[in-house]
Amino acid sequence: MCLGVPGQILERLDDGLAKVDFTGVRRTVSVAFTPEAEPGDWVLVHVGFALATIDEDEARATLDLLGEAIAAELEPAGNKLLQKGRG
Amino acid sequence: MTGVITLADGAGGKASRKLVEGLFLAELRNPLLEPLGDAALVSANGTRLAFTTDSYVVRPLRFPGGDIGELAVNGTVNDLAVFGAIPLALTAGFVLEEGFPLEELRAIARSMARAAQDASVSVAAGDTKVVERGAADGLYVTTSGIGLLDPRVELDVTRVRPGDRVLVSGGIAEHGIAVMLARGNLELELDVESDTAALHGLTAALCALGRELRWMRDPTRGGLATTLNELAGGAGATVVLREEAIPVREDVRAACEILGIDPLYVANEGKLVAVVAPDAADRALALLGALPLGADAALIGEIRADDIPLVLVDTPFGGSRIVDMLVGDPLPRIC
Amino acid sequence: MKYVDEYRDGRAAKAIAAELRTLVRPGSHVKLMEVCGGHTHAIYRHGLDALLPGEVELVHGPGCPVCVIPLGRVDDAICLAERPEVTLASFGDMLRVPGGRRRSLLEAKARGADVRVVYSPLDALGLAVAEPEREVVFFGVGFETTAPATALTLLRARREQVRNFSVFCNHVLIGPALRAILDSPETQIDGFVGPGHVSTVIGTRPYDFVCSEYHRPVVVAGFEPTDILQAVAMLLRQLRDGRAEVENEYGRVVRAEGNPAALAALAEVFAVRPDFEWRGLGAIPRSGLRIADAFADWDAERRFEVPGARIEDPKACRCGDVLRGLAKPYECGVFGTACTPEQPLGTCMVSSEGACAAYYAYGRHRRVA
Repeated sequence: MCLGVPGQILERLDDGLAKVDFTGVRRTVSVAFTPEAEPGDWVLVHVGFALATIDEDEARATLDLLGEAIAAELEPAGNKLLQKGRG
Repeated sequence: MTGVITLADGAGGKASRKLVEGLFLAELRNPLLEPLGDAALVSANGTRLAFTTDSYVVRPLRFPGGDIGELAVNGTVNDLAVFGAIPLALTAGFVLEEGFPLEELRAIARSMARAAQDASVSVAAGDTKVVERGAADGLYVTTSGIGLLDPRVELDVTRVRPGDRVLVSGGIAEHGIAVMLARGNLELELDVESDTAALHGLTAALCALGRELRWMRDPTRGGLATTLNELAGGAGATVVLREEAIPVREDVRAACEILGIDPLYVANEGKLVAVVAPDAADRALALLGALPLGADAALIGEIRADDIPLVLVDTPFGGSRIVDMLVGDPLPRIC
Repeated sequence: MKYVDEYRDGRAAKAIAAELRTLVRPGSHVKLMEVCGGHTHAIYRHGLDALLPGEVELVHGPGCPVCVIPLGRVDDAICLAERPEVTLASFGDMLRVPGGRRRSLLEAKARGADVRVVYSPLDALGLAVAEPEREVVFFGVGFETTAPATALTLLRARREQVRNFSVFCNHVLIGPALRAILDSPETQIDGFVGPGHVSTVIGTRPYDFVCSEYHRPVVVAGFEPTDILQAVAMLLRQLRDGRAEVENEYGRVVRAEGNPAALAALAEVFAVRPDFEWRGLGAIPRSGLRIADAFADWDAERRFEVPGARIEDPKACRCGDVLRGLAKPYECGVFGTACTPEQPLGTCMVSSEGACAAYYAYGRHRRVA
């Protein structure tokens, strides 16, 4: 459930609102629940409300895990090449 | 069918089809109507003509990229064009609501003139009716068109074979998103315009492929998904698409993500789907790519023999999903 | 799209899928429940079930707030919409959900009711301000992800004294539903894929009871393909190691403590109903929210009379079993026949993330072939 889409804050507006950009689409979003979010920050938006700021470090950590998984998959192939080189 | 017409019946998907087959075809049954193509093939003294009609009830009447007049001309030109016909002439019928501003009507007529000129066709006859305030939502337009069939091609969905390739002329979902946003309830801002355009230039170019061109259609209401389901049903085969190959503009894709709508189901008004023989795919892409409207043309899939006619999308994850015919309008969702 | 596309990497997904095969004992049977309808939808949309080893069975849970709304409540909403002075503003999801007599808001609209689709409850409030002669009622549905948005909208309505606006509140809570599933004797779920976006609000601590009392692992997951596969990997590792902990795969937006501002808004605007009926699951204690007395003037249930009838599910409907993970969509006798997306009998078929709708749209051909 719960479509949440990441967007980037373009500017803060009055009354707990902000203009957010989603890859070329813009919408006024309530940042009442993410009061610390600044222009340039990324937030997760659900039904016109930012529910969380996206933590860049955590995002990268998750991507690193994915990168490791890919590397682990490729390793056996790498070993084969290594063996071929030796033989 | 329920006891009354619902909005779903006009959305271009399953419900629309049920209405046409279950009511109109059942009552009007005749050989010209049976194929239920976008146009009818009418022969007279050895000359083969295409004959078609369409009504336009779009709201709002004016939207980014066009208006109802332009839509009405291009839509009928396109029905003729994808049938393999060179458009000859159009007629236009107007149902006008009492109180409709003349200035707006003139602007719409001007749009139609421009669109007709771009399509090298004339609006040769017409009719107007006025109804009381409150009916007609401002204005309804019906256009009919007649065209001369290109002798080089024999376009028929039953000629589609396993292995044939499926092409689209450019990015999808622009018209539907533009209109959805112009209706003003969703409060999204993006610089998207309707892609309304006359496709006769693209179709004429593809007709050079002769018999290697099997079938064409312009996906309108119900989106690419609905048109491809009609293809699958008519060909009695499965249409397999590659998800990553389907062209969608980045911001249109973002709007669809936010609204939870699949771009495959969103209306187009200036796009072409063509099925060609496998060896002709590269040439077809080149022919389309040489024209401005075909700059983003792409090979998106192929026909596969199967007992059950379906549209499948292969995902980048090694899986696939069925793309069914649309049930009613694509509605935004939050879940 | 940033923070989306990177998590839709096909190579990464296949790599994790390969790892999953090493995490199960051949021939074993592991049953994992993905609580949230959004996960169901994502799994089918991206064809992820093809990537899972045969030993892993993914079972769909009750986390579809549209699916679980009882027929009687849908009828109440239709009733409100049919009042000539009312504009019913609703999320698109609810429009096709059938009520007691298989009528829906979409059909009511076709018969002349003023029903409008909105993306945000704030837009519904905007409608009330723009059209002061209308009584705008917002059909509030959703879990703790969506309830804070309704809460803030009500706070704003009260602050600005927008008198022609009210909310028909059907928000529900995920915790009690999870407990109801775990308490159900037939349930044999080995682990849970936790709802990622609910958790941005409530945090991860509310799931501790699943581990401490029921000894099952929970991994809170995001909604992109690699998120879901990664979460399955984390669950399988826990099961292999004999652990039962709450883990967070969706660290980029989920914090252990959740969102304090959103939780505060919930506490101020809503009260918990003694019980609330869930379609297919029956009455679950303290699982539904009502509008607090301080906001009574904006509570549609107090402003208008609604039938409030309790309507039985059609006999043939097995939504309840499907929502508890006891039956697969295709095991329901009316799946695809009397119950289809065009003519749904049960809400599992109507909501785009309902297990039956997802299966019908995306997975059907695998059975057919």
